[in-house]
Amino acid sequence: MTSIFGKIALSLQTFKNHRLRSFLTTLGIIIGVTTVIAILSLIEGLNRTVSEQVQALGSDLIYVQKFTWISTGHRDLDKLAERPDLLPEDAEAIGKLASIEIAVPTASRQLTTLKHRDKEVSNVSIVGSDENYSYVNNYLVESGRDFTRDDITHRRSSGIIGSYIAANLFPDESPVGKDLMVEGHRVRVIGVFKEKGQFLGNSLDDFILIPNTVFEKFFPRSRASIFDRVYGGYSVAVKPKSSNMETAVDDIRELMRRRHGLGFDREDDFELNTQQMLMDLYQNITRVGFIAIVAIAAISLVVGGIGIMNIMLVSVAERTREIGIRKAVGASNQYILSQFLIESIILALIGGIIGIVLGMLLAALISTISPLKAAVAFWMILLGFGFSAAVGIFFGIYPARRAAGLNPIEALRYE
Amino acid sequence: MTMVKNKPICRAIDITKTYWRGKVSVEALRGVSLEIRNNDYVSIMGASGSGKSTLIHILSCLDTPTSGEYYLEDKLVSNYTDQELARIRNTFFGFVFQSFSLLPRLTGIDNVALPLIYAGIRKQDRAARAREILEKIGLGDRASHRPNEMSGGECQRVAIGRALINNPRVIFADEPTGNLDSKTGAEIMEIFDQLVDEGNTIVMVTHDPNVAAHAKKKIKLRDGLIEND
Ligand SMILES: Nc1ncnc2c1ncn2[C@@H]1O[C@H](COP(=O)(O)OP(=O)(O)OP(=O)(O)O)[C@@H](O)[C@H]1O
Ligand SMILES: [Mg+2]
Repeated sequence: MTSIFGKIALSLQTFKNHRLRSFLTTLGIIIGVTTVIAILSLIEGLNRTVSEQVQALGSDLIYVQKFTWISTGHRDLDKLAERPDLLPEDAEAIGKLASIEIAVPTASRQLTTLKHRDKEVSNVSIVGSDENYSYVNNYLVESGRDFTRDDITHRRSSGIIGSYIAANLFPDESPVGKDLMVEGHRVRVIGVFKEKGQFLGNSLDDFILIPNTVFEKFFPRSRASIFDRVYGGYSVAVKPKSSNMETAVDDIRELMRRRHGLGFDREDDFELNTQQMLMDLYQNITRVGFIAIVAIAAISLVVGGIGIMNIMLVSVAERTREIGIRKAVGASNQYILSQFLIESIILALIGGIIGIVLGMLLAALISTISPLKAAVAFWMILLGFGFSAAVGIFFGIYPARRAAGLNPIEALRYE
Repeated sequence: MTMVKNKPICRAIDITKTYWRGKVSVEALRGVSLEIRNNDYVSIMGASGSGKSTLIHILSCLDTPTSGEYYLEDKLVSNYTDQELARIRNTFFGFVFQSFSLLPRLTGIDNVALPLIYAGIRKQDRAARAREILEKIGLGDRASHRPNEMSGGECQRVAIGRALINNPRVIFADEPTGNLDSKTGAEIMEIFDQLVDEGNTIVMVTHDPNVAAHAKKKIKLRDGLIEND
């Protein structure tokens, strides 16, 4: 045990004698570990942001639609256009399934403009749904009130607006009770949603919610373009009970197939989309990034390792006489071997530690000057240590064996 | 006591050593047999190239013979592992080189203590033992200097201290006075004489008949063979 400290002390002494050389040698490892730690912590930061946002959005919803969110390859729009529309009655039937808590029909219109007196706000959307929309989508009504069943059935021309719209159209008055112009239709504001922020850079507060019955009246279903036929109309947002996704998905599929009268040999004519699918897609993308990192890491660590091997061979050559003396007075081959191995491991670890610190600093820097958020996890530090130690061992073993195998007499003769 | 004295510590039988330089071979030793007993004081003389260094390296287990048998206290050296040979060089033998062979970055005292590291002695005990040995061979006050701040005689005293530190059974010396002036050489020989008087065993290679005269047993080598007169 004392000998290990002795070896470490001797190694550190050697590096002190060759400061610049040791530093240059570890540069490859420093660069490698720095890059890996910085990029990993950025990916980790991104992962955390995305999963937080998905959580906020309510990741346990299932959307019944004509199209899938995640298309692989070409979308045959003509075929999708032939699929039957999804209807409020479908939502009602799905809501009655044992595994389902609530289902809401939802229709929407994008890129529209809302007006109040001389003010207007554009690039916002109109959503038509029912009194359960806010619950299913995790919205809270901050002032005024939410819809009741009556608002829907009586087709009351009323709306609840997102905080972005409230801020733009009613900067210094309460919006509740005021009237808005929605593409030429008068709508009374009965409530304002609490601000929800962003999801993947998109505002979640820039829409007005109106009863779906009113939406149908204002904006009759158009079948003019193929896009209208595929993307227009309702989708059904479903909240399963106690987030038992799989049963819920199976139940919905079976019900919808029955409602559409599909025989066992026919394919589904609807899609079940979940936010989990988006998460999976996102994770697949970051996995590609991850593999790229591993490649960068591997290359730079190999380069760094070769640097270490080179300098250790130089060190063995320079210290041939010293090795001869040490062996002549009783150092065993194994002692010499472990001395040089410890030296290369420490050399690599010094590079690793500098790389970890620099990587963390770099990540912190990127976090402060850009919108990306970095998160350093403990496992990354361990990974940095582990990799550099492994490089030290792998590339140190050959020089160390060379040192250990020297014949003492020949080593002593060496000048 | 008589038993120990009569039983050889080292017994070399028909030792040969052949060096190969590409396809050319040099027969440095061509069949040397000898015994070293407790408290022997042996000198090995001979012309340059006669194989003196080769022989003493083999006897001290720094090198291995090409053929022949070499026994240490009745055990065949060729059966030892690397680890065991290292242990023999560490504690069983001490070696004094002509060119001192000290580690330049270590102080005198640390050079003397070097073999104790490999004997697994703790740091505080190492320094104490090294200081004791250095006092004995008259280098107490110079002990904290590095080799390049010392005279040749002082360096050789450090080297002798290093050879003595583990109380070896045999001290080997290859031309211990070869790099010293005659006065300093004589001082070193005084130390050797004293060590033998105290019961140590010394085998030394020398060119100098005055140095060889200190020994009680003289061996002459010629062309890799012991010359009998
Ligand atoms: N490593 C080696 N490779 C090849 N030949 C060697 C080697 N070492 C010694 N020799 C040869 O072996 C022979 C004996 O060498 P050795 O060093 O034992 O002689 P020596 O008696 O000690 O000579 P000196 O008095 O000059 O030190 C010489 O011819 C020498 O050239
Ligand atoms: Mg010689």
